[in-house]
Amino acid sequence: MTYIPISPHERDAMLETIGVKSLDDLFEAVPAKHRFPNLNLPPALTEMEAMNELSGLAQANENVRSDLISFLGAGMYNHYIPSVVDHILRRGEFYTAYTPYQPEISQGTLQAIFEYQSLMAALTGMDVSNASHYDGATATAEAVNLAYAQFRGKRKKVVISPTVHPHYRAVIRTYAQGMELEIAGDEQSLVSNLDVATDSTETLISLTDDKTCLVIVQYPDFFGRVYDYTKLIDAAHARGALVCVVANPTALALFKTPGAMGADIVVGEGQPLGIPMWYGGPSVGFFTTRKSYVHKMAGRLVGETIDNRGQRAYVLTLTAREQHIKRERATSNICTNQGLIALGTAVYLSVLGKKGLRQVAELCYQKAHYAASQLSQIDGMGLCFTEPFFHEFALCVNRPVKEVNNHLLDHGIIGGYDLGQDYPALKDHMLIAVTEMNSKQDIDVLVEVLSEVSHD
Amino acid sequence: MNTPANLKYTKSDEWFDPETGAMGLSDYAQSQLSDIVFVEILVDEGDNIEVGKPIASVESVKASAEIYASAGGTVTGVNKALADKPETLNSDPYGEGWMVKVAGGTAADGMDSAAYEKYCEERSH
Repeated sequence: MTYIPISPHERDAMLETIGVKSLDDLFEAVPAKHRFPNLNLPPALTEMEAMNELSGLAQANENVRSDLISFLGAGMYNHYIPSVVDHILRRGEFYTAYTPYQPEISQGTLQAIFEYQSLMAALTGMDVSNASHYDGATATAEAVNLAYAQFRGKRKKVVISPTVHPHYRAVIRTYAQGMELEIAGDEQSLVSNLDVATDSTETLISLTDDKTCLVIVQYPDFFGRVYDYTKLIDAAHARGALVCVVANPTALALFKTPGAMGADIVVGEGQPLGIPMWYGGPSVGFFTTRKSYVHKMAGRLVGETIDNRGQRAYVLTLTAREQHIKRERATSNICTNQGLIALGTAVYLSVLGKKGLRQVAELCYQKAHYAASQLSQIDGMGLCFTEPFFHEFALCVNRPVKEVNNHLLDHGIIGGYDLGQDYPALKDHMLIAVTEMNSKQDIDVLVEVLSEVSHD
Repeated sequence: MNTPANLKYTKSDEWFDPETGAMGLSDYAQSQLSDIVFVEILVDEGDNIEVGKPIASVESVKASAEIYASAGGTVTGVNKALADKPETLNSDPYGEGWMVKVAGGTAADGMDSAAYEKYCEERSH
């Protein structure tokens, strides 16, 4: 299939229509001296020289596979990735980020997305999953779009727990611009207050009223703590509001699913499922919900059907709800997905299986609890919270986190996330993440180096 | 094409029954949309609606359409059963497929069945 975007004849016709003589005339607004600036580039290199240059640059990077021990999480986690994941992703048949625009001729791609959707629905305990979003933050913002559309804009309040990831809360605010939404629950005054950061359930319930379309909580929360949100969800439902749970997918292998708690929407970051941290992305956001809300769900949706020969086949289904058909009346302007990365998570989950993923979650849990118990014994340091946690916890280090992290880096360790950036009351606290990638020896080194710091 | 003589029709393919105050989507419109898979009524009982304002949103397997009020007035009934059985709009557009009922209002300058049939035929060519 050839693709010729525009013929000279068509171009001339368009220029004539808008009353412009030549293509160059369209660039007149750009001052002439800036149109073709002298780029002052060095002489061209041969391929061999370029490879040398780029390899040298690449070697300057340090990574968590061979150079550094990482205890940094806060939304992205260092997990082991079976080599088969990358092997499948690099197959030419799959190597595109997009759902194809003539989807039904790409049965393999559709089947892969269908498998991804099935795995996500099972993991979260929900009925239906879309084909994915860009990342956890945008998936969470799409939950707001769903809830807003579900009540046809008549409920304009969203209640967000202050312990939802700070970046996600920022992205929701970006998405909500112009929607006349009231966002309550995580105002700076509440976030600054440590009491609220400790347990916000009662506050969230009291903020939820008959104008609230959605309540958003995180599971485990940003500080790694695990709560059963059943009571909160029941209270929100009693006021007619929907509830979205932002979940860590690894944790779902170990704990009660948000579906079992009664959540209406479950979203989250898919990166922990076999995707490298890649200096921050690309990533994938999962989005699952109840069948009754599927018409208000954004994104693509693959369904299984039977073709005219009675064979199993896959199609994009319920497409009329999407913006390329429904235009401004659609829930969202998103009608793409993270096809390649979603495939990576599906391969990861199918390789590990139900038991394997639970094993990963158990290793994270046990190692994190070992680390927490050792670290809490260091003089002048202590755990910030007493609630049950998964694989992340807040540690008070009683001095600037930046200082501590610089010291750790000198010992080849990436330290925890500086919580004071987002929660002023948690100044001098770091959020430490422990996964199956951290050996007991790694943890003992962390404890040793931090003990030195506390005696400085 | 089925166009009952007791109804009035709009250019955007809705019908209105002056006797019952019911309105909905015409048989011609449902056949153009093909299999309807989703219906959302956009008004509630007690709302005051004006002619030409959206009262419902419909999705078929390939298209999406807004349904506009073919009469104004106070909404006295909303067909909630359609949400679970959107295919009713295909099978019985003038009966079980009614969408909204109004009282005390005025109908749009609607076509009678003969004029509407002609209008549909012209568009088919």
